[in-house]
Amino acid sequence: MDGSGELRVRLRQAAPFPMSVEFSAPHGSVTALFGPSGSGKSTVLRAIAGLHRTDDALVACGGQHWTDTAAGAFLPAHRRPVGFVFQDYALFPHLTVREQLALALGHRPPGERAARITTLLALARLEGLAARKPAALSGGEQQRVALARALARDPAVLLLDEPFAAVDWALRESLRHELAALQRQVSLTVVMVTHDFDDVAKLASHLVVIERGSVSAAGTVADLTSRNAIPGLVGTREPAVALDAHVVAQDPARRLTHLAAGALRLEVPAVPGPVGTTVRIQIGAREVILANRRPEGLSLHNILDARILGVEPGGHDALRLVHLAVGDARLLSLVTADAVRTLGLARGAPVLALVKAVAVEAFA
Amino acid sequence: MDWTALTLSIRLGLLTVVLLLPLAFVLARWLAFGRFRGRGFIEALVALPLILPPTVLGFYLLVAFGRASPLGRAFEAVLGHPLVFSFEGLLLASLLVNLPFAVQPIQNALAAIPPNLRDAARCCGLSPLAAIRRVELPLALPGIATAAVLTFAHTLGEFGVVLMVGGSIPGETRTIAIAIYDRVQAFDEASAGLMALVLLTLSLAALGVTNTLARRVAHRH
Repeated sequence: MDGSGELRVRLRQAAPFPMSVEFSAPHGSVTALFGPSGSGKSTVLRAIAGLHRTDDALVACGGQHWTDTAAGAFLPAHRRPVGFVFQDYALFPHLTVREQLALALGHRPPGERAARITTLLALARLEGLAARKPAALSGGEQQRVALARALARDPAVLLLDEPFAAVDWALRESLRHELAALQRQVSLTVVMVTHDFDDVAKLASHLVVIERGSVSAAGTVADLTSRNAIPGLVGTREPAVALDAHVVAQDPARRLTHLAAGALRLEVPAVPGPVGTTVRIQIGAREVILANRRPEGLSLHNILDARILGVEPGGHDALRLVHLAVGDARLLSLVTADAVRTLGLARGAPVLALVKAVAVEAFA
Repeated sequence: MDWTALTLSIRLGLLTVVLLLPLAFVLARWLAFGRFRGRGFIEALVALPLILPPTVLGFYLLVAFGRASPLGRAFEAVLGHPLVFSFEGLLLASLLVNLPFAVQPIQNALAAIPPNLRDAARCCGLSPLAAIRRVELPLALPGIATAAVLTFAHTLGEFGVVLMVGGSIPGETRTIAIAIYDRVQAFDEASAGLMALVLLTLSLAALGVTNTLARRVAHRH
């Protein structure tokens, strides 16, 4: 039994605060638990790790029941193949980087440990720092040690609690890139707690929104963002579709990259990576212009044939949010109510969606 | 200079440290991490020897250890001599009297370990015992060292309780603190002064050692 497979979580409690959460995370997915602080997200993570017990809970991974209150089963935390990256990293102050990793390798035969440490140090780009103690590391380095230590467990599930909350904005972005790259290298089931939707939009494939102890929305990030159906986000953040695309061609002469997400084809400013590379893209609703005739003479790369799926209020009297289908992909466009009237934008109508190449945020 | 009294005191101090530290660690860990009713009461009980007059404490111990008490009778039945006015009785009293000096520094050191570190130890695959050995013990080391030195120094200096339960039997219960008192009573100021100086030096050395240890451990972090 390798412990891989879908992670299923069901959690109910009345105290210390009421909670009723149920979701599953597909094998190899990055599932974000998103919601305001105090909503109970971290408790879910702790319950998966076996650090929190409730009277009614099920935590099952690939058919193994780690917690099953109905059957009276509870696997202690130290026996679960789980890697946990704590919000403040929780590095042991008395141990060097190498010793932190060695501590988490107790499940491997002694002969394998040194080689495994070398691999992990390389994976987390910590080669020169093996003899350092946490106090002598920067915030970003500490985060990488915490990640390497969690991976040392050879976990079936990697749990991240607000992994980027303790670092500044610039470092956060580069750490997100590293985590995305790492996730591609070692295909893991990741469950990440965050209150920063940028983490969701850039890293997560699946999303579980938790508010006041219960799930208020769940699904793939592409589906939920394209339907503008994320509670707690409406009105606080510009609607934007986040979806996975892949590189279909590089055009070095024009310094452009051709991306595809199903039927959606986009030209964007050069994104590094060979053909086939997966790229997370985000397209803000404000960046999508609608037209009923093919325009000419514009500095525009992407003119997409779309169909209108619906028109909803845009959070302001004068604005409308238009839901579009481009083949099997979906986009959102924020336009004025006046434009809806003059262009005759109505459900089912064909329309051209114009997307500036620079308006596509690509994250690889 | 009463060399017998000095070696007796040092023997008593070392034995107290060796026997008390493991007990104190278990008790301190229970008080630091356990969630149970009546913790405040247990903590007060542990702290009692700090504020109780030594003669009062000594009196109760004398009663508890006496030949009429169940403990005293059981001890005498097994070992053939009374518990009071014996080295064993003195050692038992010393363990009880030193409880706060050993428990409190360890409890404080354990309580200062961030809860996330103990969770992280579990998530690294360490069993509860392994987590104690590889994370809690090393992190509580300054507290344990402080407990050891305080216990040793306090045992050398304890007077009231020793006098009550031990009397002043040379080679059995006459510690250096008692010997100093004896010498003063006998107007032998030279001997008393020398022994007082020895105690002063040992106490200063003990404090120096704890401070150095604490600094070294703090430096390591």
